[in-house]
Amino acid sequence: MESVVFIFSLIDCCALIFLSVYFIITLSDLECDYINARSCCSKLNKWVVPELIGHTIVTVLMLISLHWFIFLLNLPVATWNIYRFIMVPSGNLGVFDPTEIHNRGQLKSHMKEAMIKLGFHLLCFFMYLYSMILALIND
Amino acid sequence: MSAPAGIPPRSAAVPGGARAPAAAARPPPCQNGPVQNQMQFPFGYGLHLENYSASSGHYPPVPHEAVPSQLNNQYVADYHSACYSIPVQSVMTTSVGPSMLNTQQLYSGAPHPVESAGGLTQGAISSASHLHTSVPQSYSAVSSHYSSSTSSSVASQGFPLSSGRYAMPTVSSAVYPNLSYPSMSVGSPYGQVFTSQSLPAVGQFEETNTFPDQSSTVPRTLQQQVPLGYNSTSWSTSDFQSAQDNFSRNNTGSLAKASNQINTVGIVDSSHPVSQNVQFTKPGVETSVVSSAVTSSIRTPVGDHLTEPASVPSNTQPSESLLQEAIDSSSTTSSASPVINNYDALEGGGYPETNSAASSPAPTPQTSRTPKPFGYGYPTLQPGYQNATPSTSAMQPSNPGHHSGFQQYPQQYPGVNQLSSTLGGLSLQHSQQPESLRPVNLTQDRNILPVSPVLAPVPNLNSDLRKLNCSPDSFRCTLTNIPQTQALLNKAKLPLGLLLHPFRDLTQLPVITSSTIVRCRSCRTYINPFVSFIDQRRWKCNLCYRVNDVPEEFMYNPLTRSYGEPHKRPEVQNSTVEFIASSDYMLRPPQPAVYLFVLDVSHNAVEAGYLTIVCQSLLENLDKLPGDSRTRIGFITFDSTVQFYNLQEGLSQPQMLIVSDIDDVFLPTPDSLLVNLHESKELIKDLLNALPTMFINTRETHSALGPALQAAFKLMSPTGGRISVFQSQLPSLGAGLLHSREDPNQRSSTKVVQHLGPATDFYKKLALDCSGQQTAVDLFLLSSQYSDLASLACMSKYSAGCIYYYPSFHHSHNPAQAEKLQKDLKRYLTRKIGFEAVMRIRCTKGLSIHTFHGNFFVRSTDLLSLANVNPDAGFAVQMSIEESLTDTSLVCFQTALLYTSSKGERRIRVHTLCLPVVTSLADVYAGADVQAAVCLLANMAVDRSVSSSLSDARDALVNAVVDSLSAYISTASNLQQSSLIAPNSLRLFPLYVLALLKQKAFRTGTSTRLDDRIYAMCQIKSQPLVHLMKMIHPSLYRIDRLTNEGAIHVNDRVVPQPPLQKLSAEKLTREGAFLMDCGSIFYIWIGKSCDNSFIKDVLGYPNYASVPQKLTQLPELDTLSSERARSFISWLRDSRPLNPVLQLIKDESPAKTDFFQHLVEDRTEAAFSYYEFLLHIQQQICK
Repeated sequence: MESVVFIFSLIDCCALIFLSVYFIITLSDLECDYINARSCCSKLNKWVVPELIGHTIVTVLMLISLHWFIFLLNLPVATWNIYRFIMVPSGNLGVFDPTEIHNRGQLKSHMKEAMIKLGFHLLCFFMYLYSMILALIND
Repeated sequence: MSAPAGIPPRSAAVPGGARAPAAAARPPPCQNGPVQNQMQFPFGYGLHLENYSASSGHYPPVPHEAVPSQLNNQYVADYHSACYSIPVQSVMTTSVGPSMLNTQQLYSGAPHPVESAGGLTQGAISSASHLHTSVPQSYSAVSSHYSSSTSSSVASQGFPLSSGRYAMPTVSSAVYPNLSYPSMSVGSPYGQVFTSQSLPAVGQFEETNTFPDQSSTVPRTLQQQVPLGYNSTSWSTSDFQSAQDNFSRNNTGSLAKASNQINTVGIVDSSHPVSQNVQFTKPGVETSVVSSAVTSSIRTPVGDHLTEPASVPSNTQPSESLLQEAIDSSSTTSSASPVINNYDALEGGGYPETNSAASSPAPTPQTSRTPKPFGYGYPTLQPGYQNATPSTSAMQPSNPGHHSGFQQYPQQYPGVNQLSSTLGGLSLQHSQQPESLRPVNLTQDRNILPVSPVLAPVPNLNSDLRKLNCSPDSFRCTLTNIPQTQALLNKAKLPLGLLLHPFRDLTQLPVITSSTIVRCRSCRTYINPFVSFIDQRRWKCNLCYRVNDVPEEFMYNPLTRSYGEPHKRPEVQNSTVEFIASSDYMLRPPQPAVYLFVLDVSHNAVEAGYLTIVCQSLLENLDKLPGDSRTRIGFITFDSTVQFYNLQEGLSQPQMLIVSDIDDVFLPTPDSLLVNLHESKELIKDLLNALPTMFINTRETHSALGPALQAAFKLMSPTGGRISVFQSQLPSLGAGLLHSREDPNQRSSTKVVQHLGPATDFYKKLALDCSGQQTAVDLFLLSSQYSDLASLACMSKYSAGCIYYYPSFHHSHNPAQAEKLQKDLKRYLTRKIGFEAVMRIRCTKGLSIHTFHGNFFVRSTDLLSLANVNPDAGFAVQMSIEESLTDTSLVCFQTALLYTSSKGERRIRVHTLCLPVVTSLADVYAGADVQAAVCLLANMAVDRSVSSSLSDARDALVNAVVDSLSAYISTASNLQQSSLIAPNSLRLFPLYVLALLKQKAFRTGTSTRLDDRIYAMCQIKSQPLVHLMKMIHPSLYRIDRLTNEGAIHVNDRVVPQPPLQKLSAEKLTREGAFLMDCGSIFYIWIGKSCDNSFIKDVLGYPNYASVPQKLTQLPELDTLSSERARSFISWLRDSRPLNPVLQLIKDESPAKTDFFQHLVEDRTEAAFSYYEFLLHIQQQICK
């Protein structure tokens, strides 16, 4: 059973890693002026909710399967995702707003955030991999 | 091709094939010369996409389906069958009455032939350039091609086509096709450098006499350069001489002609610059160029009234010094290829001390002996700060009122000495300290407000550069001395940013028509006065330091008609220039001027009665709407349904088409809703006459603004243009409906002010869609109740529109607002307009822009997309110093605004500002521009209050003062710590910040309606600095005792100059009458026991009691005091484009709170007085 949990987490984590990379690529495209703010933001906003759901599922899964350490590790990031999503002002087009992304260094902070998430997901990836192997051996 | 208008095909991005036939199919518009159509388009477009990459997705290079003539057939066929079955309740026809006005011609005479002629030249010229560009593929290749190709190729390819049409001297015109330099007449009072250079128009042939002189100077410089290792001259002196002969021969011929033509044109005197313009062209063409320049210059003779016509810097000195500069710079880099490290040497060497001494008439003697060229040393080099009146006024001919500004310093000096003696410990080096660093004890010095308007500080540059620098009216930096590192900037605690007014109405603007616009090849900076010429053939970009080639064509200077003087070209002599761009700068053929009016006709709106005013203003200004023969116009009205007006030519009267399906609004007859203004003028007039009465009995209270805007967007998206929305209440139906969010009980809350941000993203999305289709939405909100401006304003904010708000508007109950609407509309309809514009702000490597303020959409890191640009729009940017500026002593900023003029010309207006870099904190403070800093802070505070909270923003404002002053005090260690000291440059900082805190936008505790607050915020974000300063800190004058003391003369009128008064009730006396200039409104306050003679002579009433409450105009009385008062007020009015409304306020009238709220130095229930504020700051500093 445990191995199933970790296999699922692993797949989910892979998806999140790809998503982070996609975020980074798209944002750096915007930085380098290859795409405009509008298309960049509409691309990224589409993936904000899937990312949120994907990550929340893993976090909840860890809670249910009583892996406290991994749960606590995931909790801050999941909370941040949800907080960020909820706190979008009513007039904005989403977490990434084309009219503001170039202001006040927002682009940089989005970039930083995506980088941190990538690192975090990579860490999780190896943790899940290790736990999965361990679980498979134990089975 | 047959796609419906609302959904432009995204795949149309491929230039070339799909496009050229489309262009050919159109009736040839003005811009496209007949030659151009088939082959040139692909290249122009291809090139363009690299530079102004308009990106793929949302900004499709606007499709040719846009062109109405094509839309007609297929669209109608498709769409009608599909949509007409949808519940159109009725397509009903309102009778508007028989056409009562006599028929008019389709074109209003003059413009048409002029346009076409202009188009032909343009076509021919651009075809010439295209034949060039068509050989190589990229820009770099082009320029190399240029430098190697002989001029004869240009002549043979380009001009034979047109030579049949224009009688022109072949050689000169072919090589140097056209640089029109229409500036100003000699006789005008605004003498600028160029007029003064032109010879007195005694005889035209006298000009040829100058050529021997100039040619003699040029060979001399060449000879001088040889010893310095300059060896790349590709011509010999004899060649040069012969070319020179050639010119002079041509000139004699053409000038004779020129004099005739000028007479026929009758606009400009026979001044030197204009005659060049004439040289190549026929009268018709000439008129187009000149008149366009003249219209732009006539429109508002702003501000420059004070300019001394006498300030004529001599011609030869600057030019020689520039020659010298070129030689010097070439000497530094003569043999080796330029190394990045020696910029400093290069740029320093470019302006040696001797030049500054030689070219400035009366410099202080130590100027020439400064150790470093750019005057790090304030102690010694300070021509700007000392009151060397003769030199500075001569250096600043375009700067209004510097004369008077400098006069005030002598008066202050006694005060300075007293102050310093009281303070003690300041005697050290005091005499050498610049004026702006003089410490001012704020708590003791009660009269810190100068008697005359505060002027922008002059950057501490040498006199040559200062003379060339951009006018502070267009371009200002918060720190005129740029700190070298971010650490130093952080230490100073002052904001770093730029305030721009790029599209300002200018009295004098060099317009350059050149087939190649010289730009840096790596950073695309336009050539400007601050580049350095390494030698005759190369110039170094002042922003990225790349060395570029000077194109062959640039070697010829059409101003002096001499060859080999690239540094004398007008691009290099003026920091504000306008280029007429070639098709490389177009994504599509320039769009016509398209105006769409979206009018609210619900019960509320009809009751307020704005329709009459709008229709009347439109009728009056219909012929003055900027545009050409292609101008189109349309109308949409809406209540709970959306009404369209079919104005197709040939109809006997306008047809109203009602669409009641507001959930999925569609265009009933897409092709006849936007009609040509000239062809359908009768119908338009009929409609405007009928509109005010058409809805007089309406009972419809709902407002479907959202659907109407969607329809307007659909209508405009093929062409782009301007949508003017008139709205009178909260939108209550369909998409974008809003709910009331204001709680009236919270209006005077001191705690939290909510709902400063938009409630829905509908308007933002719409604005972005509009911006993508080059459409701007301007909002006129005329409401008596809360209308959620915070949400509605988004439609203008992000589409580069403008916002007007008339609270409690009523045509009869509130005549002041009605008059204001009328005046604003007049200005709005007739002012200049630029379409499909983009603006890019570049700055020297090391600086970076991180935040933008204003109405626009930031499309990519430094590119602002402005669907429309108007002369009243201001912008601000915040900057940071990313890399330290150690290897340079100058930084430059360049704004390039590319736009389509209403005449369908693609133009680029370029402003360049140059500022010195300093290393010491004291110098940073010395160069602080307090007005710019306050305006930038206001912009930042608006952002803060929306993103965080109002109280945060207020705290941030106070902290800005506290931090900067405490940082200053800590640097000046010998100051008394107990008192509040500010450098003279920042002495008004606390006052202005206090005024900001009492602004409607940021005040708390005083009852402020949410919409008023939001509107003030919108204005802060979008107004240029001049207007914003008036809004933040109005000017108060006493006007009952105007004298001619210190008066100035403007156009034969004597304008008295009363001193500025402190904004405090202590200055008001019951015996006096005061004028307060708040920018958009003038208040005249009359005391209870005001002098009867003033009331009689100026107001025309026997005594105080008989003066009516609502007086909005001063009567024209034939008395001296009335004349003085009126000439003063009209002088104030002329100095700004928005015609302010005059409001008379009697001491006991209820409107006096409007007046008293502007007295910012006084204490109110909820806010500090100025003195208390100072004490508060002092407390904070001591903490």
